[in-house]
Amino acid sequence: MIQSIDYYAVAPLLVLALTGGLVLLLDAFLPRGPYARPALGAVTLAGVLAALGVVVSQAFRAGEAMRTFCVPDGLAGVAGAAPGSPDLVASAAPSGAQLGAASGALWGASPQAPPATVPCSFVVDDFTLIFAGLALAAGVIVVLLSMAQLASGEIPVGEWYFLLLCTLTGAVALPASRDLIMLVVALELVSLPVFALTALRRYDGRSSEAAVKLFLVSVVSTAVMLFGVSLLYGVTGTVYLERLAQILREPLTGTPLTGTTAPGAAQPPGTGAFTAPQGHEAFTGPSGHEALTGGRLSETLAGADGSGAYVSSLHIAYDPPPVLTVAVVLVLAGFAFKIAAVPFHAWAGDVYQGAPVPVAALLSVISKAAGFAGVILILAGALGGQAGTWVPLVAIIAALTMTVGNLLALRQRHAVRLLAWSSVAQSGYILAPLGVHDDEATSASIAYLVFYAAMNLGAFAVVMLVSRSRPRNELDDYRGLAFRNPVAGVALVFFLVCLAGLPPGLAGMFAKIVVFRELVGGGGAWLAAVMAVNTVIGLYYYVAWAVRILTPVPVGEGSGAEAGGGRTGWVPVGIAIALAGGVALVFSLAPQVVLDLLPEALVASG
Amino acid sequence: MSWVLIALLGVPLAGAAVLLVPSRPAPSGTRTKAGTETNAGTETGTSTGAETGGGVGTGTGAGAGTGTGAGPGGGTGTNTGTRTSTGAGGDAGGRLLRTHALVVSGVTFGLSLILVAAFGGDAAGARFSTDLAWVPGLDLRFHIGVDGVSLPLVVLTTLLTFLCFVYLCWGRADGPGQLLQPKPGGGRPRALVFTLLVLEVGMIGTFLALDLLLFFVFFEIVLIPMYFVIAIWGGRARRAAAIKFILYTLLGSVVLLLGLLFVWAQTGTLDMVALARAHGAGMSRSAQVLAFVAVGIGLAVKTPMWPLHTWLPAAHTEAPTVGSVLLAGVLLKMGTYGFARIAIPILPEGAAAVAPWLGAFAVIGIIYGSLACLAQRDLKRMIAYSSIGHMGFVLLGFATLTPVGVNAALFGNVAHGLITGLLFFVVGAIKERYGTADISALGGGMLGRLPRLASLLTFACVASLGLPGLAGFWGEMLALLGAFEPAPGLPRSLYLTFMAIGGLGAVLTAAYFLVMLSRVTHGRSIEIVHAPLLASAGGAGQAAGDVTAGDVTAGDVTAGDVTGSVTAEDITAGGVTAGGVTAGGVTAEDVTGSVTAEDVTAGGVMGGVTVGGEDDGPAVPAHARAGRMRDVTGYELAAWVPLVALILLLGLWPKVLLSATDPVVQSLLGVP
Repeated sequence: MIQSIDYYAVAPLLVLALTGGLVLLLDAFLPRGPYARPALGAVTLAGVLAALGVVVSQAFRAGEAMRTFCVPDGLAGVAGAAPGSPDLVASAAPSGAQLGAASGALWGASPQAPPATVPCSFVVDDFTLIFAGLALAAGVIVVLLSMAQLASGEIPVGEWYFLLLCTLTGAVALPASRDLIMLVVALELVSLPVFALTALRRYDGRSSEAAVKLFLVSVVSTAVMLFGVSLLYGVTGTVYLERLAQILREPLTGTPLTGTTAPGAAQPPGTGAFTAPQGHEAFTGPSGHEALTGGRLSETLAGADGSGAYVSSLHIAYDPPPVLTVAVVLVLAGFAFKIAAVPFHAWAGDVYQGAPVPVAALLSVISKAAGFAGVILILAGALGGQAGTWVPLVAIIAALTMTVGNLLALRQRHAVRLLAWSSVAQSGYILAPLGVHDDEATSASIAYLVFYAAMNLGAFAVVMLVSRSRPRNELDDYRGLAFRNPVAGVALVFFLVCLAGLPPGLAGMFAKIVVFRELVGGGGAWLAAVMAVNTVIGLYYYVAWAVRILTPVPVGEGSGAEAGGGRTGWVPVGIAIALAGGVALVFSLAPQVVLDLLPEALVASG
Repeated sequence: MSWVLIALLGVPLAGAAVLLVPSRPAPSGTRTKAGTETNAGTETGTSTGAETGGGVGTGTGAGAGTGTGAGPGGGTGTNTGTRTSTGAGGDAGGRLLRTHALVVSGVTFGLSLILVAAFGGDAAGARFSTDLAWVPGLDLRFHIGVDGVSLPLVVLTTLLTFLCFVYLCWGRADGPGQLLQPKPGGGRPRALVFTLLVLEVGMIGTFLALDLLLFFVFFEIVLIPMYFVIAIWGGRARRAAAIKFILYTLLGSVVLLLGLLFVWAQTGTLDMVALARAHGAGMSRSAQVLAFVAVGIGLAVKTPMWPLHTWLPAAHTEAPTVGSVLLAGVLLKMGTYGFARIAIPILPEGAAAVAPWLGAFAVIGIIYGSLACLAQRDLKRMIAYSSIGHMGFVLLGFATLTPVGVNAALFGNVAHGLITGLLFFVVGAIKERYGTADISALGGGMLGRLPRLASLLTFACVASLGLPGLAGFWGEMLALLGAFEPAPGLPRSLYLTFMAIGGLGAVLTAAYFLVMLSRVTHGRSIEIVHAPLLASAGGAGQAAGDVTAGDVTAGDVTAGDVTGSVTAEDITAGGVTAGGVTAGGVTAEDVTGSVTAEDVTAGGVMGGVTVGGEDDGPAVPAHARAGRMRDVTGYELAAWVPLVALILLLGLWPKVLLSATDPVVQSLLGVP
C-alpha cells in the first residue's frame, strides 16, 4: 500500500541527508583546488543552516503537531481495535506475526479497548523541534570548528562532512521518533558515524584507540538496549511509544483483559507458538517463566486452570510483570552508555581526548542531546506508568554521575579531558530532574540541556582555537590566554564561569536553579543536597582553570611560542566563539528565551 | 524616585562596563613598547606575583633619582631613564582611570545620599520600589526597593567603596597600599577598578533586592570579584585563601538557594514583601524549621557564624587592604542582613525553634573569637577573628527575636562595618609601612614613631572593643539587653546565660585589644625598620636578612626577583657605620665593605633592616629613605576621617540609625 508522507515534516532530515550526498559527490568530482576544502565546508554549513531554517519555520507554524509515517488507513481499523498489534514492523518477522495475531485476537475480543488514535512513527511537536533545533544549532558550531580542524589537511574532507551530516540527520530524527525501532535506528545513526569521525585522523594512535573504545562501548550498549527494547516489545506487543504508554498504564487502572495481555505477551517471540490465540492459554504463559518471575507469581498461579486462572490473573495484572522491570533497566543501561552516565562513563575521558576537538564537542553536545532525547522519550514518554521502577534508579545514577564526573575532573591536567569529565558531571545534572517524578521534570532537563549546550560548545570552541597553536592542550597552556588573546580568554572565562554556575555566567546559574527548583519541589531533597555539594566541587576546577587564563605569563616565556602555531582557520573558530558567546550572553540576560521554548507537556505522555 | 535605586545599580555597572571596552587594545599597546613596561599593567609579571607593593620610598617623587628601581619581572635593575618613561607613559592613562574610579564611586555615594535625603519620615515599608518581570519562567522578578533596614547598609556600601577608591586614587596614587600605580609585575589597575565596581553592584543589589531569587543572584555576584581581589592583589598565600573563600561561600549559598527554593515550593511566591507580610502563613512549622536551617546555614557561612567561619581569617589576612575593608565592612553584612530580611520575618516559627541554637552558636563565636584573638600574632588575622566575635554579638541580637535585639543587631552591623573598615585600613597602612603585620615583629612604641597612625589605631581598637560613646558600644550593649529579655516563648534562663557569656566575651574583647595596643603602640621603642621592599612579594621565605646595628646581611638574595634598593645615605643616617656587610649572592660591586656605596641593588632582598638599638636617639630619622616611615598621609586621612566622624556620630547619637531601623524591625517581627 502507499502511505502519504508529510514531506514538510521530514524536510530537515531530507535536507541534511541530501547535503550529505552532495558533499560526497562534490568531494569525488571537484578538482583538488585550494578552495575545495572551504567550499565543502560552506556547502555543509549551508545545508545545516537550511535544515535549521526549516526547523525554525516548523516552530513558527501554529497548530497541531505534524505526524507522519503513521499506520495506514487500511490498517488503522485493525490497529485501532488492537493497539497491541505490532503491525508493519512486526509483520516482517514471522514469530512476531504470530504473537501479533495472538494479542490482536485478545484485543479484538476486548470491549474496553481504548479509542483509536493512529500511531505514528514520526511526530514533529514542540519536543522534537527543541531537540532538532538544539542539534542543528550545535551542528553549525561543530561545522565551523571542523573547518578549522580540516584546514590543516590531514583529514579527508568529504568523508568528514558526510559523516558529520549523517550524525546530524540521526540527531534530528531521534527526537521525532515515536516507535522503538526508529528510535534505535536513529540512535545508531547518531553513534555510528562518530566512530569513523574519531578515527579519521589516520596514523594517530590516540585517535584509533579512542575510536575502538567508542565503537566497542557503543556496540555493547546498543546490544543491551536492543535486548531491553525487545523485551518491552515482547511484554506489550507494540513498538509505538504511545501505545506502550497506554498499555503499561492500563494494568494499573485495572482493566482485566489488558492486564492479561501483559503476562501473556511476556514470552519471547521465539516461543510465540506457545501462545495460542485464546485468552486462557495466554495466562499459562507466565508459569513457564517461573524461574524468571520467582515465587511471587507462583502462588497466584497455583490454581491456574479454568476460570480460576482468570481470576488469579487479575492479581498478576496489578503488579507489573518483573520482566518489565528487567526491560526498563536494560533500556536505561543502554542509554546510560550513550550519555556517559555512571557506571558506564569510563570511555568518556579517553575518547574525548583522542578524538579531534570538533568531534569531542559533537560527542559532548549533539550525541548527548540525542541520548537524552531518547531517555526522555522512553522513560517519561513510554514508561511513564513504570515511574516507580525507574525514578529511584535514575536518581541514583544521576547522583553517582555528577559526583564521579566531578571528582574525576578535579585531577585533570588536559583541557579536553577536563571538559570530558565535567560534561559527565553535567550529564548528572541533566539527569537529576528525571530522578524525581514530576510532570515538569522533563522540562527542567531540557532547559538545562539547552543552557549547557551553549556554554559547553563555547568552551570547546576556545579549546579548539588554543589547540591550533598548542597541540598539547594542557591546562597550563592556557596560562595568560587573556593577555595573548583577550577575546578568547575572556570568552573562555565566561563559559567556564557559566558552567560553574556563578554570576556573571547567569545562564549556568539559572540552569542550575531550574534543576534545583525541580528537585526541591518534587521531593528529591537528598538529590538536591548531592547536587549542591557537586556544584561546589565543580566550581573548584572551573575556577582553577579560569584563574590560569587570567594569570600573566612571565615575560619572554610564552609570548613567542604561539607565533609558530597554526594561524590558519581561526576565522571560523572565531565566528563559532562569537556565536556561542552571544547565545550564552542572551541566555544569561534573558533566560526566559529558553524557558519559553520548552514543550508544554511531554509527547506521548497521555 | 525609583530611578535612584536603578541608578545606584546602574552607575557602577556602567562604570565597570566602560572600563571593559578600551581595555582590549592595552596589551597590544604595551607590546609595541618593547615589553619593558606596562602602562595598563596587564602584561608582565611573574605568576607568583612579585609585586613591589611595599615600594614605599622608591620613586615617590620626580626627584627620586637615587637608585630607586622596581624592575620588571625579568629581574635586572632598571635605570632611572626607563623608570621615568614608564611613569610618564602610564601616568596619563592612570590619572584618567583614577578620575574615572573616583567619579563613578563618588556619584554612587552621592546617589545614596540623595536617597537618604529623600527618604525621610516613616521608614516602614519598601520605598521607591521597582517591580519588573525578568524571568517569568522562574518567577524571578526584578523587584528592588529600600527601607529603614537596607538604607543604612546601602549608604555604608557606597561610602566604603568610595573611601576605598579615595584611598587608592588620591594624589599621585603611588603611596603604600595604593595599588593603582602601574607597576611591573603588579598593579593591573584597570582590572582592580573594574572588579571593585562590579563588587559594588553586587553588594548594593543584595541590600536592595526584594525578590528571593534576585537576592540570591546579587548574593552570588560578589563572589567572583571578591575572589579575584584576593587571588590577584592579595598577599603571599592568596591563592589558597581565595579558593577557600569561594568554595566555602559557594557551598553556603547553594544551601541558601535550596532553602529559598524550598520556601518557594511551600508558598508559591518569591516576593519578600508578601512573604514578610504573611509572617510564615502557609508553611507548616516543620517546613519552616527546615527552611530556616537551610537559609540560616547559607547566611551563617557568609556572616560568619562560629563553626562555619574558617574561611574568614585566611581571606582577611591575604586580601589587600581595600579587599579586607570591603570584605569585613560589607560582605559580612550581607549574611546578617539576610537574617533580618529573610530568615526571621519570613519564617517566624522556624526562627523561634532555631533561635536558641543560633544564640548558642553566637556566644560560642564571641568567646571563640576573643580567645583566638588573644592567641594571634598577626594583626590582620587578629582583626579577622575579632570580626567573628562581633558578628557573634550581631547574631545574638537576632537570636533574641525582640525588637531591641534585632535593632541591636542591625546597629552592630553598621557599626562593625565602620569600625572594622577603619581597623583594616589602619592595619593595612601599618603593614605597608613595616612590611609585616606580625605583632612581635612590629615591636612597640609606635606612638612615638608614628604618632598619628598609632592614635588612629588606638581609636579604632577602642571603638571596636565597645567603649561607651563610640559606635561599637550600642550594638553590644543592646544585644546583651535583648538577651536579658528574649521574646516570649524563648527560654529566658538560657538567654540569661547567653547574656552572661556574652558579657564575658565583651571583657575578653577589651582584653585582647588592650594587650595588642600595649604591645604595638606602647612600650619600648625598638626600631625595627623592615625594608618594605617586598611587603607582598611571594616566593621564597621572608626575613632572610636583617641589617642589624651596623650589620648588613643580604643573605638570601636571589637575583632575578624584584629589585629594591637601599641607598647608602639612609643607612648611614640610621647610625650604621660600616660594619660587617655580608652580601651573599649579590653581585657585590655596589656593596662594599662600608655601606657608602651608592646603591645596594639587592635583587629580592627578603627581610628587613633593623636599625638602631637602645640608644638610637635622633640618629634615626623616621623619614630615612630606606625605611621611610611616613606618618598618616593625605590620602589615608581623606579615606579615614569620614569613618572616624561616623563612628563618633553613631556613638554619641545612636538614634540616627535606630530611628531608621526600628519601625521596619517592628513590622518585620510582626509586633503590633
